[in-house]
Amino acid sequence: MSRQSVPFSEAQPSELQRERRLAEIRRQAETRGKVNVTGIRPEGSPFPKASPETGYYGIPLLKPPQWTHQIPLYFFVGGAAGAAAVVSAIAHYVGADRKLVRDARWIAAAGAVISPALLIADLGRPERFLNMLRVFKPQSPMSVGAWTLVGFSSAVSAATFAGLMRERYGPSFPLTLIENAGEAAGIPLGLGLATYTGVLLGATAIPVWNQNAGDLPLHFAASGVGAAVGILELMGHSKSRALQALGLGAAIFELWEGFRIEGRTHSHLDPLKHGASGAVTRVGGALSGPLPTALRIASIFRTRERASSLRRWAAISSVAGSLLTRIAWMRAGIASAKNWQQPLEISPDAKSWQDTHPKFRQVTTSR
Amino acid sequence: MSTTAFLTDSTLCIGCKACEVACKEWNQVSEDGLDWSGYSYDNTGAVGASTWRHVKFVEEPPTPGIGGNAGDQTSWVFSSDVCKHCEVAGCLEACPTGAIVRTEFGGVFVQPDVCNGCAYCVVACPFGVVAKNKEDGRAFKCTFCYDRQKAGLEPACAKACPTESIKFGEIDELREEAHERLRVLKERGMEDASFYDPTHTSVEGTHAMFILRGDPRTYNLPPNPEVPTIYLKQGWRSAAMAAGLLLGGTLLAFLTDGARDGR
Repeated sequence: MSRQSVPFSEAQPSELQRERRLAEIRRQAETRGKVNVTGIRPEGSPFPKASPETGYYGIPLLKPPQWTHQIPLYFFVGGAAGAAAVVSAIAHYVGADRKLVRDARWIAAAGAVISPALLIADLGRPERFLNMLRVFKPQSPMSVGAWTLVGFSSAVSAATFAGLMRERYGPSFPLTLIENAGEAAGIPLGLGLATYTGVLLGATAIPVWNQNAGDLPLHFAASGVGAAVGILELMGHSKSRALQALGLGAAIFELWEGFRIEGRTHSHLDPLKHGASGAVTRVGGALSGPLPTALRIASIFRTRERASSLRRWAAISSVAGSLLTRIAWMRAGIASAKNWQQPLEISPDAKSWQDTHPKFRQVTTSR
Repeated sequence: MSTTAFLTDSTLCIGCKACEVACKEWNQVSEDGLDWSGYSYDNTGAVGASTWRHVKFVEEPPTPGIGGNAGDQTSWVFSSDVCKHCEVAGCLEACPTGAIVRTEFGGVFVQPDVCNGCAYCVVACPFGVVAKNKEDGRAFKCTFCYDRQKAGLEPACAKACPTESIKFGEIDELREEAHERLRVLKERGMEDASFYDPTHTSVEGTHAMFILRGDPRTYNLPPNPEVPTIYLKQGWRSAAMAAGLLLGGTLLAFLTDGARDGR
């Protein structure tokens, strides 16, 4: 966009507005001895204070994550799809129910299509998505993740497509080869897809993320398993004992993760406990951990029909919990970046000038 | 090829913002808010996608005597902030497209024709410098005037600075100069003069160093900035454990299931 092309006359109104604003400020100052306009510090008010104890007026040092809602949604879809690909392949190798193998593969395939779409939609320049494949940088979890996703999507969709062809036109050597190779590759790539997002958040400057760098991949993997198992159960596999065991394992892990978060008192964990991000974290945690654990244990001691219904409720809870958990971590990251004390190593109880003078709080975000 | 750096001396800064203006003019960076923030004469509060140089204003009630202040005047310190061009840069390590590169002058440069706006660099910067321009879609920050340096010129902000508060030169020479300047300032009784150059952390020093008065935290400079790649080991170890558990757990669950597909 060329700035020179703007005719001079168009700049006039804003110039006039500014002049009018100045006149208004002067008038207020003259008549009332006080000015109530944004950006004006009234005469006689306290000096805005910047110091080692109060920071630079309490303006946060770190920039908040600029990702949109597509990213937590991608974490959810990718996590479920990755876990589903692993479940599908292993169930196939072990010789489990053929319908379960097929349904799990369809979940993985759906994720293989939705995930890249979500990621590309979030880019500032979506048409440059392929730039992600210019280089491979092992030190960048975003680069590792982009390659993992491309590999996963290719492998799983190829296997699904080959499977579909085989069912329709009968088995043939190339189809079998593609299907088996794709399915086998889906295991390591699915494991990567379900876990790398935790590394991605951990290796950042955001305190609530990097202080949980060792927890996030395990936590996200458990969340992905919970979601994949939940979706499969809702697709009519609520009698599979293997899925029950997996779902219970994931739920118990999430329960333990909840205790890990709630049991420690570090100021960097505050966004997971307080405010809106804390509320989402707690609801997501309750739906991922304690609730499905209780429902699944209860279902063990019930009749077949009753157990099936309890497990469906556990499934709904796990799927909703997984989605909320991803949203919660994103919101916690945004809240954590707004903490001005942590990067400056100032006590969390310290008050900035903004905090002690809420009346003079100003808008101070650079564009 | 020499390795260059900025040395921004806040004891010489007069808060004129010529650096901000020169930067915008040379690099054609868009307007970023002409209103006052309310924090002294600060406009934007921080560097950002459209603020590559940012003058910080630290205003204090009158303290007669210190630094030659008159009793009836406000004590003022100004410091022109900029991308630190870290020796080990979080944004550069994080960039998945290779858009962010290290130039031959030692600076960190975002190639605008490669960046696809994934915004991972934004959360990887321990100084909160690089940001995604929402209208444009790409990430932006100080280029260290790579184009000017290529042509043998000094960066626009250093060129415009009327008091030579922003010094530009060979990094080792500037470090020496900074220590000499600190010695002189202390000799003159400015006991709180300090030098900000975080060589002691994983960032391993920066190509933008600062001479300040007092604690760097007053100027929103972190005492111990760390490059986020230090968390990778922990993260991948956890991911490997998760992958092992997921694989083992799934295998175990289906092997002990007992339900077979009639084989």
